[in-house]
Amino acid sequence: MDTLIPSEHAIRAADETDIAPSSYGEHPVIALLSGNEAIAHGAWSGGVVFASGYPGTPSTEILETFARLPGIYAEWAPNEKVALDAAIGAAYAGRRALATMKHVGLNVAADAYFYASMTGLEAGLVIVVADDPGMHSSQNEQDTRNYAKFARVPCLDPADSQEAHDMTAFALQLSEQFDTPVLVRSTTRVSHGFGRVQLRQRVEVPPRVRRFPRNPTKYVMVPANARKRHPIVEERTERVREYAEKMPLNRMEIRDSELGIITTGIAYQYVREVFPQASVLKLGMSWPLPHDLIADFAHRVKRLIVVEELDPFIEEHVRMLGIRVEGKSIFPKIGELNPHLVREAAIRAGLLPETARPQTVSVPPLPELPARPPVLCPGCPHRGVLWAIKKLHVPVNGDIGCYTLGVVPPLSTIHTTGCMGAGIGVAHGAAKAGSPEKHVAIIGDSTFFHTGIPALINVVYNKSPVIVVIMDNRATAMTGDQPNPGTGQTLMGEETQAVDIEALVRAIGVKHVTTVDAHDERTIEQVLKSYKKLNEPTVLIARHPCALLPEERRNYVPLRVDADKCDGCGVCLQIGCPALVRSEAIHIPSQRHKVEIDPLLCTGCEVCAQVCPSNAILFRAQLDEASYLRG
Amino acid sequence: MDFSKPLFDAEQGLNLLVVGVGGQGVLLASNVLGEVGLILELDVKKSEVHGMSQRGGSVNSHVRWGKEVFSPLIGKGEVDVLVSLERLETLRYLDLLHPGSVIIADPFALYPVTVTSGKASYPDEKLARAVVKQVIPRNFWIPATELAEGLGNVRAANVVLLGALSVLLNAPASVWHLALERRVPTRFLSLNMRAFQLGQQQMNSALQEAKRSVVS
Repeated sequence: MDTLIPSEHAIRAADETDIAPSSYGEHPVIALLSGNEAIAHGAWSGGVVFASGYPGTPSTEILETFARLPGIYAEWAPNEKVALDAAIGAAYAGRRALATMKHVGLNVAADAYFYASMTGLEAGLVIVVADDPGMHSSQNEQDTRNYAKFARVPCLDPADSQEAHDMTAFALQLSEQFDTPVLVRSTTRVSHGFGRVQLRQRVEVPPRVRRFPRNPTKYVMVPANARKRHPIVEERTERVREYAEKMPLNRMEIRDSELGIITTGIAYQYVREVFPQASVLKLGMSWPLPHDLIADFAHRVKRLIVVEELDPFIEEHVRMLGIRVEGKSIFPKIGELNPHLVREAAIRAGLLPETARPQTVSVPPLPELPARPPVLCPGCPHRGVLWAIKKLHVPVNGDIGCYTLGVVPPLSTIHTTGCMGAGIGVAHGAAKAGSPEKHVAIIGDSTFFHTGIPALINVVYNKSPVIVVIMDNRATAMTGDQPNPGTGQTLMGEETQAVDIEALVRAIGVKHVTTVDAHDERTIEQVLKSYKKLNEPTVLIARHPCALLPEERRNYVPLRVDADKCDGCGVCLQIGCPALVRSEAIHIPSQRHKVEIDPLLCTGCEVCAQVCPSNAILFRAQLDEASYLRG
Repeated sequence: MDFSKPLFDAEQGLNLLVVGVGGQGVLLASNVLGEVGLILELDVKKSEVHGMSQRGGSVNSHVRWGKEVFSPLIGKGEVDVLVSLERLETLRYLDLLHPGSVIIADPFALYPVTVTSGKASYPDEKLARAVVKQVIPRNFWIPATELAEGLGNVRAANVVLLGALSVLLNAPASVWHLALERRVPTRFLSLNMRAFQLGQQQMNSALQEAKRSVVS
């Protein structure tokens, strides 16, 4: 039974999420939403009651938005697998459910993802996976559509915010109709692109089962049952494929017959921009693919091409059908597409005339413009710890988080980074295999909860003398300071039990554990030096809240350089703080420029004051009263 | 140049690129622009990138208004207006413009670590102005950060530039005010309204100046 909630409800929801709805026109609830916000509202309107995920760019805002909507439950899980298992549990219990993650998160969740495809569910389950073509904020640019085919899970590919909204709601119906989880695959430009969205009222879906199912043939995947389920999954796929032939999300737009373009997701927008006259087969579902529809479209056009971001996923499938098609011979399979790239590739391939190029300006040759790489923020609690680790002159196995920025000069501290939770395992393997130096593994608090704990257990169990540094900044910082199991706060803003990292590490069996303030340079250096000599597993927990957290921001006190003492040696500049700059003043004997502190950037973390060999940078307590009050 | 009427008819569609450095308010400015398009009942698309690239990095946001907008990204040669909060970033995006583009730029400089650590040198203001002038005749330098500092908060620099931009468009001031109300946190609204007015004044006097130099 569908229950409609009055539209004021949706308006209030929009207000709560800082999305301003427009109050003009016939439709009261049109808002400019990001794809991620739209997915959240789509899931809400589709009656999702349970959502779980792990933060990861470009997916994070989906769950943050969803959590603020009324009548639902949402949570951050310690990792994507836990999140997906939980969402599967909700769907087994007959409640519509949502799991969100970035593309590499699905690698972590893959085990759960595959069994959910085998068992099916009692209520709709949507797994939203946001890909990052171009790797704005990721270690690879894997194409999630491959996972759709791999696990026989239908995959919807929205092209803008409205579609992101509508497809997420539709995916829940599709999931229930075919008894399968459904992927909604977004990409950076859909997730972080904004467009007009017509919001819809929520459909309240009562639980679809009265009590949790006792149906072992369907839900207990022992080999005997799994063998029965596999043919059902293959047969299901064929039924979804037949459905795909007629579904409105797959549509032909017949214009000129010279050129036909098959496309999906954000690439559709670039196609419409660059080839306004071409006929288009827009696939809203990128797997399973509608064979007859594709063949029909191919017959209607003289030249057939596929424009898709990343892998030649559709192209290879079309070719397998025995249809002549071009794609990656024209367009790149590496990185993001954009209108310029698509147009230039089309001109090179003779699909468009040279005159299709818009008029551009010619910029005179400039001296090379300095790059502006992302850096650790002023006051970042990771900076001093990375500096202390650097001074050990040993291999450092890093992980995924803000501290990964320790790889860039001048800190240049990190030697490996692969994926979430990798650092400890890599350090352990290198040490056990006979790497002659001491290995340091660094990992953040959230990453430690995510996949670091089993690796630390391995270190203890199999006795490797690595130093593990847990950079506990009391937040999942890189994605925007989300709460995590160590913070004592839930996604929905409730107080909760905080995991005690030191107690946990001790319980695992690490005998040498020290927790220090991450800004206490001297103690950190002492502890690391003593740990370097030990032939046992050791853990240093360097704790200080992220400098961007509100309670930290209230505590900023800009420091000052005593220009009389500064001799311009530049040691402080080696910690790579954006607040430290060379000044116009010159230290006469050495002819070096002195250093000054930008009061707008400095937070007063005092790491630079501790590394200055001349004691020229004043600590908070040394600042005179007047400048103290200025902070 | 004819400055007697607005340079742009918003109804005809417009591609705006807002650039700056993480923390300068690029995203807020583009949110306000998106809202203006929405209030004008135009189709609006907007694109930006979050996450790692925001940590002190170069930030850009594409805003497109039109009857029907497809791509959220603006192609090379299709940026009509570049709104820049920082001198180096202005130079970085010049090759996306066309000869009829307009630049509204703050000469303000924020040195990246590549410069402060002595590995690269920062383009000086004279060079930046000369290059911009050569490439884009319709350029307006507005000391937005300095003006915002005068108002007591450098973070309002983004809205100073929006005020300047508003003078070139035919959208009524009420549309801008509504957009600001929707996107600026209430406690900063009056500050930002003042910043917006300052930007309008700056652009008006810049236009007067340009008119005079055309006459003489």
